[in-house]
Amino acid sequence: MTDATGHHTVSAGEAIAEFVNTSKRFGAVLAADSLNLRIRKGEFLSFLGPSGCGKTTALRMLAGFETPTEGTILIDGRELASEPAYRRPVNMVFQHYALFPHMTVAENVAYGLRQRRPKLPGAEIALRVAKALDTVRLGDFGPRRIWQMSGGQQQRVALARAIVNEPKILLLDEPMAALDAKLRAEMQMELLGLQRSLGITFILVTHDQQEALSMSDRICIMGKGRIMQIGTPRELYDLPANRYVADFVGRANILPARVRATTGARAEVALADGLSVEVTAPFAVPPGAAVEVAIRPEALRLALAPEPGVPAIAATVTHMTFFGEHIEYLLAHPVLGALQVMLPRQAERALPGAGVGAMLHVLWDPGAGLILGQD
Amino acid sequence: MAISQRMARAILLAPAGLWYAVLLVLPLIVVLVYSFGERGAAGGYAPAFTLAQYANLGARWTAFQNTLLLAPAGTLAALLIAYPLAYFLALRVSARWRTTLLVLVIVPFWTSILIRSYAWIFLLGGRGIPQLLSDLGLGDLRLINTPFAVLLGIVYGYLPLMVFPIYVSLEKLDKRLLEAAGDLGAPPWRSFLQITLPLSLPGVATGSMLVFILLMGEYLIPQMLGGGKVFFVGNALVDLFLQSRNWAFGSALAVTLVAIMLVTVTLYMRFLKRIGAARDDVGLM
Ligand SMILES: Nc1ncnc2c1ncn2[C@@H]1O[C@H](COP(=O)(O)OP(=O)(O)OP(=O)(O)O)[C@@H](O)[C@H]1O
Ligand SMILES: [Mg+2]
Repeated sequence: MTDATGHHTVSAGEAIAEFVNTSKRFGAVLAADSLNLRIRKGEFLSFLGPSGCGKTTALRMLAGFETPTEGTILIDGRELASEPAYRRPVNMVFQHYALFPHMTVAENVAYGLRQRRPKLPGAEIALRVAKALDTVRLGDFGPRRIWQMSGGQQQRVALARAIVNEPKILLLDEPMAALDAKLRAEMQMELLGLQRSLGITFILVTHDQQEALSMSDRICIMGKGRIMQIGTPRELYDLPANRYVADFVGRANILPARVRATTGARAEVALADGLSVEVTAPFAVPPGAAVEVAIRPEALRLALAPEPGVPAIAATVTHMTFFGEHIEYLLAHPVLGALQVMLPRQAERALPGAGVGAMLHVLWDPGAGLILGQD
Repeated sequence: MAISQRMARAILLAPAGLWYAVLLVLPLIVVLVYSFGERGAAGGYAPAFTLAQYANLGARWTAFQNTLLLAPAGTLAALLIAYPLAYFLALRVSARWRTTLLVLVIVPFWTSILIRSYAWIFLLGGRGIPQLLSDLGLGDLRLINTPFAVLLGIVYGYLPLMVFPIYVSLEKLDKRLLEAAGDLGAPPWRSFLQITLPLSLPGVATGSMLVFILLMGEYLIPQMLGGGKVFFVGNALVDLFLQSRNWAFGSALAVTLVAIMLVTVTLYMRFLKRIGAARDDVGLM
């Protein structure tokens, strides 16, 4: 299914797997802190977060390599927290592929099918292996040795070795981390196509935001062993729930403010310099509350003179960075500190002579920016 | 440039080359020549060209029989004991204990095998374990000077040489491969047979070759724990060279032993190659 924005959508009803208060402790380290997550059938879900935040741990608990210290995991409605990996209907593509060096490409791909009991007929195995190799466009590589394959080819062997088993869930732990940028982009497209055509639930671990934003139906942002927010890429970008997410996904100016008044989903807040701006309030806030507001650099505008009816912050340009189609301005304000503003190229032409050292007005359109919740 | 490189290589290889030429190749040639000779009137060697010594090999058949039985048996027994031990050390012990336990494996080497064999003589002798068993009413058992005593001695003596190569190959095994096998549906024992075992075969090959070759030439342990009743070709050689002073026959025996070893080792290598341990991607030894 596709929605109006061209995004693949998955009905929220059916859960293929579920973390229920799942925690994992390694000695003093709480690698997963009471995770609660429903994974939908057929969705492409990403775990996104910085290094050491517990992404791999969450995945390994799902695969059965780690047993939760607390809580449980359901797969297809069954309680599986203590089920060994080899009896779970999930397959994993390992970060460094973990291909068997003493087997050919075809033997690697056939491995999972050969473990089935009762045994599958050899002819069926051969057929399915050939089909899986075709799917990853390695049709002629069956008799090759693993060490004769390039990194990208090995990655596809690993993928074929997993999908040939038609698992309920395919787990991918940074499968593209070892590839160069061009190959990675190619593989991302292939992976996405594969997910759509196979209809298997994919769970991808990554710390590459672009990868997560461009591929996922939903992203689960993780930090310090916890789930910080779950949502579609647009939701996460447009409505980050807290400072952590606002900071981690894309870039944001995060400013302290005090609530003056609220009207529905809008709130009027006062910034530290006393300026009143109107922001989105995703949840109810009482007047007088101290909050943090976030605004994306591209939601702000710059002008030589203030516009009537639009709150403006006068600040000095300290840096300009050229990104081709965009220009990034870094401005300094005596009270608010540093502000980032991203302008499209043509907007720069409206600011003749506005180089480093110039005093410009940062315009804050009503409703731009939002109030952040607690981490 | 090329010349100085060749010079450097020659200089680097000279000591080892000289060593092997003088101490290995030359004596082997001497032994080969002697094996076609005769016993001198007063013992030693008298030049001749005859196959008589080889025709007489049957006279020492028992020594060959013992060697050809106990060397492979000892290798196999050592392998069967060493593999689980190496597996345990490499895959089941926490890193904190591993080094300590590995050192314990080689601790016996800190004492001469001679002294340790004396200890075994006592343990297996009349007043050792047999005494204990009969005190417990478990009947009379003779241990010392039996094939079993020799087998026990050689397995005991050579076990570390088997443990280490296997340990190394298991240690460098990528543990994620085992997770991958499990993930693909293989229960632990099957992933052992299909992944761990094949990938540790290079270590098995090195260890068993090392132990087997040394056992074929073993002399000390049969001498001490076999008490002249269970003797190897090595013991027969000592007897022929030092007691009977029949150097020509001794040489024929030695040449035959080397030939048997060459054939066995070659066959073993072939076998390993067939089952895949010696493939270039895994690398034998
Ligand atoms: N087997 C283990 N023993 C002890 N601590 C562990 C173990 N595995 C993970 N940890 C710890 O748990 C935390 C989470 O680790 P995890 O591997 O899940 O992170 P990650 O999000 O996958 O990071 P990365 O992006 O670097 O792969 C880390 O602090 C890590 O040190
Ligand atoms: Mg990880």
